[in-house]
Amino acid sequence: MVEHRPWSHLAAHLILIVGVALVLFPVYIAIVASTQGPGEFLRGTLPLLPGGHAVDNYRAMWESGLSRAGAPPVGQMLFNSLVMALAITVGKLSISLLSAFAIVYFRFPFRLFFFWVIFVTLMLPVEVRIIPTFQVVADLGMLNSFAGLSIPLIASATATFLFRQFFMTIPEELLEAARVDGAGPLKFFKDILLPLSITNIAALFVILFIYGWNQYLWPLLITTDPDYYTIVMGIQRMTTAADGDPQWHLVMAAVVMAALPPVLVILSMQHLFVKGLTETEK
Amino acid sequence: MQTKRMTFPGRWLPYTLLAPQVIVTLIFFIWPSLQALHMSLLREDAFGLRSTFVGLENFIRLFADPYYLDSLSVTAVFAIGTTLLSMTLALLLAAIVNGMLRTRNVYTTLLVWPYAIAPAIAGVLWWFIFNPSIGIVPYVLEMLGYRWNHRTSGADAMALVIIAAAWKQIAYNFLFFLAGLQSIPQSLIEAAAIDGAGPMKRFWTIVFPLLTPTTFFLMVVNVVYAMFDTFGVIHATTQGGPAQATNILVYKVYADGFVGLNLGSSAAQSVILMAIVVGLTVVQFRFIERHVNY
Repeated sequence: MVEHRPWSHLAAHLILIVGVALVLFPVYIAIVASTQGPGEFLRGTLPLLPGGHAVDNYRAMWESGLSRAGAPPVGQMLFNSLVMALAITVGKLSISLLSAFAIVYFRFPFRLFFFWVIFVTLMLPVEVRIIPTFQVVADLGMLNSFAGLSIPLIASATATFLFRQFFMTIPEELLEAARVDGAGPLKFFKDILLPLSITNIAALFVILFIYGWNQYLWPLLITTDPDYYTIVMGIQRMTTAADGDPQWHLVMAAVVMAALPPVLVILSMQHLFVKGLTETEK
Repeated sequence: MQTKRMTFPGRWLPYTLLAPQVIVTLIFFIWPSLQALHMSLLREDAFGLRSTFVGLENFIRLFADPYYLDSLSVTAVFAIGTTLLSMTLALLLAAIVNGMLRTRNVYTTLLVWPYAIAPAIAGVLWWFIFNPSIGIVPYVLEMLGYRWNHRTSGADAMALVIIAAAWKQIAYNFLFFLAGLQSIPQSLIEAAAIDGAGPMKRFWTIVFPLLTPTTFFLMVVNVVYAMFDTFGVIHATTQGGPAQATNILVYKVYADGFVGLNLGSSAAQSVILMAIVVGLTVVQFRFIERHVNY
């Protein structure tokens, strides 16, 4: 603040508090709803204070899920989501590190061509080529598998660009010194590049984990076996339960459990998250 | 494109290093896209047994199809609404938070976490809040004399999906606006204050013009988000209804292809969407080039 005006300062805080309240509101409502008993929603409107059924609801969802709606236990769906998110994250990071290394530290024929092949993935999100991609995965027999959930999503131009950008800023002298000492390319990669990239890897890890966890359309298409349902798509099955209105208190318990892991990742690694977000997009 | 001045020798190693990414890209990105191009020129018969080459007929039919034209305008309304709502709120919050000294980090933490929430889950949350029979907002609106029902009213349904999509995106826009605001030299603002410009005048004549690169970048990102990443919002809530009122292009590709099994038309829609993504990506990169020189 340039000038000191107590009243406008107070007004600013008020606006921010209203803003934060609006942002928090849906989640507060979800938490309140997830603690209600089954009869609570038949009385008209939703109560605004938590009820006493939290333990029952969460345990029911964790252990048995909504079997009438065809949704498996939340515990299992969370596990599937975790496997998918980690596979996508680790996969994207590894193949991007390798290809950025090749592009920056080697000269070879068709280098530019390969760069463009990778670049093209930016322009072809899965949402725009749904059916042919589904057919490829079906032909390869990867429906209802963790490989099918993760491998088609692990090509990433953004991660490759970020690492390329970063490798270009590493002083030439490091490479010269390494070569004088007789280090080969793989040794240089493992002992010098990887340790230097660790902050970038961590920042991207946060962003990619959230990306992987929140995948929706892809798991929806390729999983028909409830054993492979992920939590984000599983919730949609619960809300469209065939028999009448969804059981909101149970659905909201699942929503809270689905949102918690990525939110915790952001809150606990906020610094890395902000770094990853601003660097991948710029 | 540059490499390092000094590079490693190696005939096979660079190809081996590139192989995983290139193979995944070829199998899961380029091949399916070529397939989509090919399928968009074919028409399958009613039983899916034979397909015949029909040239551009699928495209011609699309642009003569009132449902498709309708979906185009629905997408435009949705993308513009989401972008405007989310960016306005984010800019307001970021401008105020930027003025805070001690509490800046607290407010930032409280505002960034919705980024972690999946679009589908954001949709379900707001779908529940706006539920016509038990939701809290329709209850309040009813007291104000408005009967909310997104199951029958197209305008209500559109408002609902815009709110859900914009809510999730506020965190992202907020972070970028805050970063943009922090890069504006404080001396400019102090000079204006000495010349007697109040906070509002300073914002509109100095801060906002200097934020133009950030604003433009965010507009492109938000439009891309609203057009492609919000499939979950629509699918988990309105499913394109009522009466096509929220049937955005991405959802229509899915609905026509997977539910309606009209493969030729769905593929043609995919090709149009790809063209849109390519266009937006080019706009974004051109802008970034200018931004770097600037």
